[in-house]
Amino acid sequence: MSIFGFRISPSSAINLDKVDRTRFEELCRIEPDAMRCMACGSCSATCPAATFSGMSVRKVLLNLQRGKEEEAFRLMSNCMLCGKCTMVCPRGINTRHIILSICRIYEKEAGR
Amino acid sequence: MIYQGKQKIWSDYQKEIPDDHWYYVRSCIRQNFFPGSERMFLEICKDVLGKDFYENEHHTTCGGIAYHCDTIPQETAMTIVARQFALMTEAGYENYVASCITSFGNYTEILETWNEFPELETRIREMLWKACRKEFNKPKYLAHSSDLIYKYRNEIAEKAAFRLVNKKTGEPLRVVEHIGCHYAKMFPSKGVGGAEYPYVLAGMIDAWGGEVIDYPERRHCCGYGFRQYHVKANRGYSLSNTHKKFESMEPYKPDMIITNCPGCPYFLDRWQYVIAEMEGKTYGQNGFGIPVFTYEEVAGLVLGYDPWDLGLQLHQVAVEPLLDKIGIEYSPEDKYKGLNKKDIMRPELPAGIKCF
Amino acid sequence: MKEIVVIIGGGIAGLEAASQLLKLGYSPIIIEKEDHLGGKVANWHKLFPDMTPAKDIVDELIASSKDSNIFLNTEISFINRLQDSYNIKLSNGISIMTKYILCTTGFRLFEAEKKEEYGYGIYNQVITNGDLEHWFNTGKDERIENSSMQAIGFVHCVGSRDEKARNSQCSKVCCITAIKQAIELKEKFPDAQIYCFYMDLRLFGKKFEDFYIKAQKDYGIHFIRGRVSEVSENIEGKVIVKAEDTLAGKPIKVTLDLLVLMSGMVCNPDTHKMAGMMALQVDSDGFLKSHDNVFHITSSTKKGIFYAGACTGPKTVPETLAEARSAVLDIHSQIISGQ
Repeated sequence: MSIFGFRISPSSAINLDKVDRTRFEELCRIEPDAMRCMACGSCSATCPAATFSGMSVRKVLLNLQRGKEEEAFRLMSNCMLCGKCTMVCPRGINTRHIILSICRIYEKEAGR
Repeated sequence: MIYQGKQKIWSDYQKEIPDDHWYYVRSCIRQNFFPGSERMFLEICKDVLGKDFYENEHHTTCGGIAYHCDTIPQETAMTIVARQFALMTEAGYENYVASCITSFGNYTEILETWNEFPELETRIREMLWKACRKEFNKPKYLAHSSDLIYKYRNEIAEKAAFRLVNKKTGEPLRVVEHIGCHYAKMFPSKGVGGAEYPYVLAGMIDAWGGEVIDYPERRHCCGYGFRQYHVKANRGYSLSNTHKKFESMEPYKPDMIITNCPGCPYFLDRWQYVIAEMEGKTYGQNGFGIPVFTYEEVAGLVLGYDPWDLGLQLHQVAVEPLLDKIGIEYSPEDKYKGLNKKDIMRPELPAGIKCF
Repeated sequence: MKEIVVIIGGGIAGLEAASQLLKLGYSPIIIEKEDHLGGKVANWHKLFPDMTPAKDIVDELIASSKDSNIFLNTEISFINRLQDSYNIKLSNGISIMTKYILCTTGFRLFEAEKKEEYGYGIYNQVITNGDLEHWFNTGKDERIENSSMQAIGFVHCVGSRDEKARNSQCSKVCCITAIKQAIELKEKFPDAQIYCFYMDLRLFGKKFEDFYIKAQKDYGIHFIRGRVSEVSENIEGKVIVKAEDTLAGKPIKVTLDLLVLMSGMVCNPDTHKMAGMMALQVDSDGFLKSHDNVFHITSSTKKGIFYAGACTGPKTVPETLAEARSAVLDIHSQIISGQ
């Protein structure tokens, strides 16, 4: 093959046709509030880990919905389960509980 | 697809194109990319249809590439354009037709800017006078040369030796039309059919017997984009755009692509070779690519010109499978012979995509 | 002699005003250009947020205003201003003298085909909010019946908050209408994924927020913050929608079996014609200009001419009804004070 010095870039677009929703739907069955997020950002603003690691419950939920699970796990690995996000959520979502449910469901799938 | 819906839009975006007496300006790059095209345009307009088209050797670039690459200020581009208009005025013409899409977009943008800011036009007139002692009238009508072929499409169809029809099956050929971004995306009302569903090439395809394909990435850029291709670090981005378009049109099994921009046919043609090398993928039948043409080349084929006189040997993707489909005769051994049968040498043939 | 009040427009604002005027002992005359009363609401199926059948509201309004003089299929030929009254000539040849005119000319749905990039009228599977209500009412729409309905999209703000469409105003009711229609479609097609593409969600009214939460939690409707940039059709005749998921900061695309465009509210062009006859002021958003926007929304700057409902801007049904009552009270006050 010829060496061109450039290549076809992969698309950065989210393709909703290809998102596997099985696990997210399982999460929603246990945690119906997971769908109620309105992306206000209170959780990330109050998160003690956010400024150092980018952790954000809103982004975790969005990434899971868009099929970007690895990114969600990367963010979640910085969570210290302190519960401040639960305290400030204007919609009363039990974010701490959701994080634990995510760990359970997605780890089971990944065989971890 | 609701055809009547498109017809409604097409009827909303019709522009006035005078029938005759045009001052013609060439593109900077087309003569290198597709050398038969501009010559064929003049031959069709002047010799076949008997119209008055005038060009002279004093005109220059419009400055469009430099302008879009941010290497010259707009006033410089405007002064260059003012000089072109002065040449038109000196030659006694009022209708101005550009061969290049970016030039057409550039002229349109400048005329609209002068309409909005007359003081800028006054300043440019002064600058032109200081620079070369010339004065100009603004063109009464501005067109892109594809507008003219669109205008003459039915006259060409009447004189046609071939139609865009598969000779064996009698089915219309499936044709992808690709419009240069600067044709109507900046000023939708200045293009035949507007910006979202342009009719300028679709009208030619309709008139010459083909079937127009509307595929999801139809509106997408070919990938040339001056700042994308010309900087090597961005070149992959250019290729990716082309790749995206081919992936999108692939299910429709197009027989050919028609374009009206200097860069688009070049990149849609050459990148097919690069994609074949990189990905091992070709988009035509039996390992061939999808041949890409300028509208003048297609008009020439329809009128019965010899494919090698149209410069089709300079295409990367082999055009022969399409010529066979239409039933156009050609001599394989003359493919790489130039004017007066002069040998122009055979290129090395690629491995990934079938060529002759 | 009973005072005559001419009501221009037999939609819900006009009917409610007529009904209240009758109760106060006046003689309302309704002029309606269509062959039926009830205006746009008569074409709607159910109303947010209680899912009240639109027909019930319209029927009740028609019943309570039936003693008015009603001219259907009638337009206004011209209006002359006299000393302290107006002479209105109708297209059926009748002339009416009145001191009081109430404009309830309503709105028009934005013509979605003007947003060419969304392909309404070009791609089969692109419909409008109005088309969807028509289907809810009649059950007849080949575009919906003949498709599998695995994925459905809604585009908010079609022709609203859009200077390119020459409408910078928010149409106010489309966000909640999209949520209502998304829920109704999810009930009919439980297996479908439903996506709402929005710029802002403007859910201001009573119970609207509850409705939004219900759509998210109970119906699993996906809300994507990003304006659809273009729509195209694939080889199977499905539509492909492109937008940016602005919360994820990434381009997003999805293939849909049906795309519903939430056409916004724009001023009825007949209103402009009428405004010209009476030299009424038109606001920068194209709707009629009230005396002011806080205290006298139902008053014009001309004596004896009043407004109610969506002729002065996008309104919900309860707001329209409240304005009709308010305008009637203004007219009543003027009549009894002998002005």
